Amino acid sequence: MALRVQFENNNEIGVFAKLTNAYCLVSIGGSENFYSTFEGELSETIPVVHTSLAGCRIIGRLCVGNKNGLILPNSTTDNELQHLRNALPEKIKIQRVEERLSALGNVIACNDYVALIHPDLDRETEEIITDVLQVEAFRQTIASNVLVGSYCVLNNQGGLVHPNTSIVDQEELSSLLQVPLVAGTINRGSDVVSAGMVVNDWSAFCGMDTTSTELTVIESVFRLNESVPSSIATNMRASLIESMS
Amino acid sequence: MEYMVEEEKPQQLKNKILCCECGTAIDPNPANMCAACLRSHVDITQDIPKQATLYFCRGCERYLQPPGEWIHCTLESRELLSLCLKKLKSLNRVKLIDAAFVWTEPHSKRIKVKLTVHGEVMGGAILEQVFIVDYTVNHQMCDTCHRSEAQDYWRASVQVRQKSENKKTFYYLEQLILKHKAHENTLGIKPAHEGIDFFFATEGHAKKMVDFLTAVLPCRYQHSKKLISHDINSNIYNYKFTYSVEIVPLSKDSVVCLPKKLAQQLGGISPLCLVFRVTSTIYLIDPCTAQMAELSSTNFWRYPFNSICNPKQLVEYIVMDIECIMYKDKKSFPGQGSISTRHVTADIWLVKASELGVNDNTIHTRTHLGHLLKPGDSVLGYNLEDSNVNDINFDKLDRNNVPDIILVKKHYDRSSRKKQRIWKLKHMTTEQETPFNTDTKDYNEFLDDLEEDPTLRQNVNIFKDMSKQMPVDAYDTIDPDAPHITLDEMLDDLVIDDVEMAE
Repeated sequence: MALRVQFENNNEIGVFAKLTNAYCLVSIGGSENFYSTFEGELSETIPVVHTSLAGCRIIGRLCVGNKNGLILPNSTTDNELQHLRNALPEKIKIQRVEERLSALGNVIACNDYVALIHPDLDRETEEIITDVLQVEAFRQTIASNVLVGSYCVLNNQGGLVHPNTSIVDQEELSSLLQVPLVAGTINRGSDVVSAGMVVNDWSAFCGMDTTSTELTVIESVFRLNESVPSSIATNMRASLIESMS
Repeated sequence: MEYMVEEEKPQQLKNKILCCECGTAIDPNPANMCAACLRSHVDITQDIPKQATLYFCRGCERYLQPPGEWIHCTLESRELLSLCLKKLKSLNRVKLIDAAFVWTEPHSKRIKVKLTVHGEVMGGAILEQVFIVDYTVNHQMCDTCHRSEAQDYWRASVQVRQKSENKKTFYYLEQLILKHKAHENTLGIKPAHEGIDFFFATEGHAKKMVDFLTAVLPCRYQHSKKLISHDINSNIYNYKFTYSVEIVPLSKDSVVCLPKKLAQQLGGISPLCLVFRVTSTIYLIDPCTAQMAELSSTNFWRYPFNSICNPKQLVEYIVMDIECIMYKDKKSFPGQGSISTRHVTADIWLVKASELGVNDNTIHTRTHLGHLLKPGDSVLGYNLEDSNVNDINFDKLDRNNVPDIILVKKHYDRSSRKKQRIWKLKHMTTEQETPFNTDTKDYNEFLDDLEEDPTLRQNVNIFKDMSKQMPVDAYDTIDPDAPHITLDEMLDDLVIDDVEMAE
């Protein structure tokens, strides 16, 4: 199920939230609406945590994580780290990394098994990623962009990449990630897909501008619906055509 | 962080994405929308006004090109299109690809222009859009029309006057003006007593007209100006200029009596002379000796004189006998002016046509028309003996030296010639009326003069009269000897005969 949300009139909700299969981080905002949407959808299954990172609200861009762990930039304060340790389940490893490219969300895209990382990332950071997140890391670009974290959104069933990604690139990435990929957009044609949405294996949150076409693409590629969209289309079309005629 | 991406890009297969609005598969573009959705989403022409107003002066049929210029342009012309495009202010924000008129009813006061523009939207996507701008044509009177409406339009006038008995000079002047297109800049032509007035917008045009007049006719002019308004601060003076042109009051075929001093200056010509031709100078001929003299207009105004006999007083005579004077019999004296070689002086014996058969007494005189006349011909002349002449110079002459009759020209039957005239002249027309009435006797005489004098019609454009039948047979003409204008001398008139519009 994909939901449309807005963070203080801003559609780039991927910047202000981080969603994994084991937890959800939501930044501290002036209005609680954003938080309550996540809370209402997810609180039965995973913890939804209010937090800031290095005093900033742009937590979705600063950190990276999956069901196994969470990697934070070095600028994260001790308090924030302690708060996260307290709030998240114990089995999730939390690690701070000393990395020059500190906006980890922009340079790393991952699901629970594989990660695409920025080609210039430190060797040590790559090792930490492999250890903490328990993933295989690949240095890659997406549609000639090095910011793989910004231009690619992944879960364990599929992935959405920058609209300009060529079919050859998509096939290569898809074989690395072992999930199907689709080039697409978010927020009415925005190509920064990761900034416009967050996704885990059963739910997705998109910016308020996202069109129904984009939602359909997201729901089908991330397999968020039990019912296959094509079957809906066929069934409904038949009944629709009957009612029309 | 530099990656050589440019080289591998062309080989890549271009993938398709779904348009974010309607879901059709499209090539990725900066907006990630299909063209149709993009068009419905953004309007690159929203800054461009879809309606505009053009100003049109009904008086002179010109369009206002802001700020203050008025230009002639026909409907659907290139000029009008550029004028229309200049009206659209925000057109510089998009790239204009094409512009064309959409047909509208000519009297609808609406002009429609179809524009095709390219504009950049949403970070680099180029969108083409076609739209129609509707122009309303409003009426606004231009400055010149406004001034002419307010009767305040002319800045300079040329008043042409001649104190003569007939208007032939003006008919001739009209033809000269037409031939040289000297009236192009006139704002108006008005008939006045003993002449005409020409009106001009600038003094330069008036001066040009005066120069033209002095070049073709013997005349003098005076210049005056009247202050209409002035602005002391900016040193602007607003004048109306008037040129008063006076044409020498002599016309062809009149007899003049020269002052003694002038006659001496002109090669000792006899004081009684016939005006033989009038161009920018006056040509005089002594009918008794065929001695010629040229009199310039400045010379005339220095020693002014009047004509003593005018063409109205011409009397018809019949030639009884003629005898050419041999060269050896001609008297000459030192300092004598040139003698015409084209004329032959002759002793001639005449009888008045009205007294033919009644009175057998022939009158003797001398004439310069010896080459034209033979016994039995009729000829026109002035009867000086019986006429009452009031002229100071004439009174001083010794009456014994004054000939009884001065013959002027051979006479042809004019009444039939008018019907046979297969040519016509153009006329200047103004809005109110033609300045020259063409029904008068003077005008017909002017036409006769044209037929009789080839040198006169050199300066005149003669047009074929299509309404008259060409004489098929030479015998149809009543008098084969009568002077006529050959077809070679005539021009074909431009006839605009639009059959479709006539219906």
